[in-house]
Amino acid sequence: MAEFLTLLGFGSEGWGASLLMAAATTVAVALCGFAIGGVIGSLAAWARIRGGRGLRVLADTYTTVLRGIPDLLVIYLFYFGGSMLLTWIGGLFGSGGFIDVPPFAAGAAAIGVVSGAYQAEVYRGAFRAVAKGEIEAGRSVGMGNLLLFRRIIAPQVIRHALPGIGNIWQMVLKESALISVTGLVEVLRQSQIAAGSTQRPFEFYSAAGAIFLLITWGSQLCFSHIEARFNSGGRSGEVA
Amino acid sequence: MDLGFVFTSFMELLSGLPMTLNLTFTAFAASLCMAIGLTAMRRSQVAVLSWIARIYVFILRGTPLLVQMFLIYYGLGQYQSTLRSLGLWQLFREPYWCAILALAMNNAAYGSEVLRGALQSVPRREVEAARAFGMSGLLLYRRIIIPIAVRQALPAYGNELILMVKATSLTSTITLMDVTGIAAQLIATSYKPVEVFIAAGTIYLLLNFLLTRIVGLLDWWLTPHLRDRARTIESRQRR
Repeated sequence: MAEFLTLLGFGSEGWGASLLMAAATTVAVALCGFAIGGVIGSLAAWARIRGGRGLRVLADTYTTVLRGIPDLLVIYLFYFGGSMLLTWIGGLFGSGGFIDVPPFAAGAAAIGVVSGAYQAEVYRGAFRAVAKGEIEAGRSVGMGNLLLFRRIIAPQVIRHALPGIGNIWQMVLKESALISVTGLVEVLRQSQIAAGSTQRPFEFYSAAGAIFLLITWGSQLCFSHIEARFNSGGRSGEVA
Repeated sequence: MDLGFVFTSFMELLSGLPMTLNLTFTAFAASLCMAIGLTAMRRSQVAVLSWIARIYVFILRGTPLLVQMFLIYYGLGQYQSTLRSLGLWQLFREPYWCAILALAMNNAAYGSEVLRGALQSVPRREVEAARAFGMSGLLLYRRIIIPIAVRQALPAYGNELILMVKATSLTSTITLMDVTGIAAQLIATSYKPVEVFIAAGTIYLLLNFLLTRIVGLLDWWLTPHLRDRARTIESRQRR
């Protein structure tokens, strides 16, 4: 037990500090991917609700395809494909060498594109839950598109979308472990490195699991807190 | 883009399909059994069993599958001598069995939540009516609860099957040569990631499309009562 604590501690023999740094990287890459997914997802949801035929088919295809293929393949595509693209662009500017895409960027982009497909579904469902009458009422008092979106649509869509968004955030966090295949030193990769150098894989993979569990549990608590706040607003509004 | 190479890699990737299918169905069958056991534990009157199931689900759903897989495959290797004395080393030495175990354990945690929700959705009055008829225990489950719960669970459980197909791709990280494993190898040797991605993506999409259809058909076959009602409402509206 004492040996176990030294291994995971913050002493010179311990991997605690590195694991903590890696946890920060995990959260950072998940946050970036989640944000990219939010942008792509809301655009795709908008295309499916308001877009013309072409846009709708495009958004439909995107959400179906990205939800039907393994995330690992998408990560490989972004990592290797991104490097190919960069090398090609580098070639145009006279650089002959191979240019690696930063694993962080490739990972965040891959997670963003995958989670965008799931987020689009959530936003679309939440938008449908906004009563048509409210939108018409907003228009009838002369609200423009932007004002209508800000005052009427967005607050309600967010409230309806929160539980689904919470689930997707959990998914993104767990997916971020897959980015370790590109060599990004997040929690799993750091544990791999530590396991390799100390020959104690069981301890370090357990530690990785514990770190992930803490992060997912913490974010679950955060989300239920936020949901409670948003919903209480709705209830007091109804009373008034 | 090299369309010819998309085709050649498609053909080459097909050789990984048996492994992907094998992993999917074996692990899914094991996962279903485990999920049923977990649900029974969770609903049990014995508090300890119920809490064990709760903690299991919390841990397995809160950590990434890849971590679980590495823990089983690489982590347990550390206890080789103990496993050997228990006669389990034969199993844990093979990446295949470690993959099946990790996939099944992970999927069962999600599956048991689906089953729990389905059982909760069985209307109390149906159970009371059955009890009033003198049904008890197994008969009640066999005739009333399970038929209702299965129909309720099927769509969500079909989703778990699709997630299982996608999850099998992670086994390529512990050296198994499924479709993704072959794809990674092809990318590394050919430096044509886009073409390989299209070919591999097509295989997974086709497979998932087919499985979704089969689950949909099963659902249609299991719910004749809903089908007839939908048809009569439709015909009434037409009149």
